[in-house]
Amino acid sequence: MLDEARKVDVACKVNGRDHSIRVYPMARLLDVLREELHLTGAKEGCGEGECGACSVFLNGQLVNSCLIPAAQAHNAEITTIEGIAPAESLHAVQQAFIEAGGSQCGICTPGMIMAAVNLLERVPQPNEEDVRVGLAGNLCRCTGYTKIFEAVVRACRQMREQVRA
Amino acid sequence: MPDRIVGQPVARKEARDKVTGRSRYVDDLEFPELLHGATVRSPCARGRIRGVHFEGSLPWGEFTVVTAKDIPGKNCITLILDDQPCLADTVVNHPEEAVVLLAHPDKYLLEEARRSVRVDIEPLPAVFTLEESLAQKEIVWGRDNILKSIAVEKGNVDDVWARADFIIEGEYRTGAQEQLYIEPNGMVAVANSTDGVTVWGSMQCPYYVHKALVPLFGLPENKVRVVQVETGGGFGGKEEYPSMIAAHAALLAWKSGKPVKIIYDRAEDMAATTKRHPSRTRHRTAVSREGKLLGMEIEFALDGGAYATLSAVVLSRGTIHAAGPYLCPNVRIRSRALATNTPPQGAFRGFGAPQSTFALERHLNKVALAVGLTPGEFRRRNFLREGQTTATGQVIREKVDMSRLLERAFELSEYSAKVKRFAEENLGRRVKKGIGFASFMHGAGFTGSGEKYLASIVGVEATREGRVKILTASTEIGQGTNTILCQIAADTLGLDCGRVEMAPADTATVPNSGPTVASRTCMIVGKLVESAARALKQALVGSGLLPAQYSPEEFAQACTRYVEKHGALKTFSQYQQPPEIQWDEENYKGDAYGAYGWAVYVAEVSVDTLTCEVRVDDFVAVQEVGTVINPVLASGQIEGGVAQAIGFALYENVVWHEGRMANSQMTNYIIPTSMDVPRIRVYFEEVPYAYGPAGAKGLGELPMDGTAPAIVNAIENATGIIIDQIPVLPEQLMELLKVSRA
Repeated sequence: MLDEARKVDVACKVNGRDHSIRVYPMARLLDVLREELHLTGAKEGCGEGECGACSVFLNGQLVNSCLIPAAQAHNAEITTIEGIAPAESLHAVQQAFIEAGGSQCGICTPGMIMAAVNLLERVPQPNEEDVRVGLAGNLCRCTGYTKIFEAVVRACRQMREQVRA
Repeated sequence: MPDRIVGQPVARKEARDKVTGRSRYVDDLEFPELLHGATVRSPCARGRIRGVHFEGSLPWGEFTVVTAKDIPGKNCITLILDDQPCLADTVVNHPEEAVVLLAHPDKYLLEEARRSVRVDIEPLPAVFTLEESLAQKEIVWGRDNILKSIAVEKGNVDDVWARADFIIEGEYRTGAQEQLYIEPNGMVAVANSTDGVTVWGSMQCPYYVHKALVPLFGLPENKVRVVQVETGGGFGGKEEYPSMIAAHAALLAWKSGKPVKIIYDRAEDMAATTKRHPSRTRHRTAVSREGKLLGMEIEFALDGGAYATLSAVVLSRGTIHAAGPYLCPNVRIRSRALATNTPPQGAFRGFGAPQSTFALERHLNKVALAVGLTPGEFRRRNFLREGQTTATGQVIREKVDMSRLLERAFELSEYSAKVKRFAEENLGRRVKKGIGFASFMHGAGFTGSGEKYLASIVGVEATREGRVKILTASTEIGQGTNTILCQIAADTLGLDCGRVEMAPADTATVPNSGPTVASRTCMIVGKLVESAARALKQALVGSGLLPAQYSPEEFAQACTRYVEKHGALKTFSQYQQPPEIQWDEENYKGDAYGAYGWAVYVAEVSVDTLTCEVRVDDFVAVQEVGTVINPVLASGQIEGGVAQAIGFALYENVVWHEGRMANSQMTNYIIPTSMDVPRIRVYFEEVPYAYGPAGAKGLGELPMDGTAPAIVNAIENATGIIIDQIPVLPEQLMELLKVSRA
């Protein structure tokens, strides 16, 4: 049964802001982000770590937030889609998704973009296989992935040009 | 004036909100004093409800509980036959049928409560397969288990068998397929006797939901309001089922007096909601020595599940597409949709056509082999041409050139060279390569007189701010409705796309422009947008506020001045059936569709004969869909449809256990990932269609039809084994390879 007394304080930094939240230790990070912090960009597609729609960064690592207990977020730094670029600006990956048509219904898009950003951080110049493997944990039912691959290639090119400039 | 907007890769209207995570889907909506709703479902396939027991030490007094007795109006989900209850009352007819609804502010406690309600059922014998239903092992629906039957008759099939040089028979099957939109179904409702009922949710067809809620509550139409919010994919799966969830949320809201949100989790969504109808198709084909089709006898059967829902119309589309884009003087098609005790099957992209097209495009390879022609040459000799008639006797008035599409698809995929090369290289290799194709068509819009009965309406409004607003119930579900309809209006008015916007799909403010289904939004609704926009321009010019030739700024000023002077300016357009469309529903004869998309798809595969894995290495999709309104969105539709059909062909296997889906998780129901889909190569031929906006036809469902047979034909080319059913899982392929080696 549920019991307020069993709740714990979780201190974490989300998108650069410090938060202290009182939650059940085994509450899912996804619910904490969506319900306590009202960051609804991360989505629930399956609730079992298959679809990747809830992807966020936990201390720089790409994770399925539906599989992370809140207690694990204590003293952690978390980045969600809302924090991937400064307010009112777009990350190169977001811009590329718009231009290439990488988003259709959009429900997988926040998670897919988190995975793509994470991939480009790890492998700045990915080949086709790197892109496929890097996005394999994120399911999309609309695009057939072709335009998502194009978006990642486009973002990669833009980021390289930004570095040169 | 800007260049033409039609044909430009205009960025998706809502793209920025989607890539930043700002788009609000139904589960993102917050309401004060919100209750969460849950559904208690039937644990068995068929039986009599003996009682409902609330067990465990839960504070049951805190819960809102709804059963069939609480329904203020008619206990049914109004659709076609009105045979499906909103909540089972005395009997259940399939597993997962809704019996009791619960609501509570704490969703964790709610889930515990859902598991603590025991529905006591006295089981009755049930039927689970097409064969059991056909054999009438039990009568589980109507008098004979037949939800719908259709007969198509062209020429005289009975006379062809005696003079045929070849008679080829075959039987083909396709399995159920889950739409698997990544956003599960969900609804929020607010309801009371003073204000009526309002629901917000994930859906394709706001007016279907509206039509279902009005009799359920016995309310006047203006007391029911349905609002579509950002929707995370539909594919048909959010065509009819959302009416059920909206009804449930609204009943809980009505009884509790509080807003109620029902969000299905993935397992519930997969187990309880609709899927693609499993099918069985039997072909008997008469062919001359010259390789000409003389006669086709086709028996097509769909497993419809426990209630009629949309099965009649799915059967209809599947039947009409069963003879494909070929000329055959004598055709007989007998089709039946049968009841079984599984959750009702429903709409899914292609709507019956992928099933019958799979059968035909596999069968014609068998026919070609028997006649001694290549699959390409056999089809070339039989392709339907302008002026010839389809199975329903429809005279094709489009300038269709299937041979040209075939030629182009073969060139782009290097088909002929690869057939030769693979045959040589495969010898002695473990991994064998193969190439195959399918040629097919897909009718756009509702079948037959459907569009005439829908009589859809679209409005276009000039706003005080000098902008143009499109008023339509056609929903954006990822396919690009928002963007292409704005492009069509902008193009008609000579404006920039940024000056045109979509009104929210809210039944309180937009007219009924029909459901967002059947590859109809661009062709049918888009045409209405075009004509309503033209009427808007005429009204502004007629008022003297706008010169005949104008700049976008002048147009904006004219809108503002008009509204200030005369009040709101809205122009409407209602569907008028083109005069040459004639359809005889009784005899299934005539113009089944206003226009068709025509296509030839080529798949290249590798088959590992040890692990029995199949990989699609290359895919070429060539189609003629009229004018392409937005090349990025259009190719995105084709790519997504091909990927979904790769799943249909190779991975997506619904495991049934006594009428229930046993693998209702993404862990064990496998859809294509980024590792499984090649870069899909999409090519359009553009032949403008006279009654489409700027010449456009529909295209959303087309890619679902021909992909699976192209892949299976390629597997046959690689291995020489005959496959007559999908999905082709490694397990089945292993058995088939074993047999072929023996």
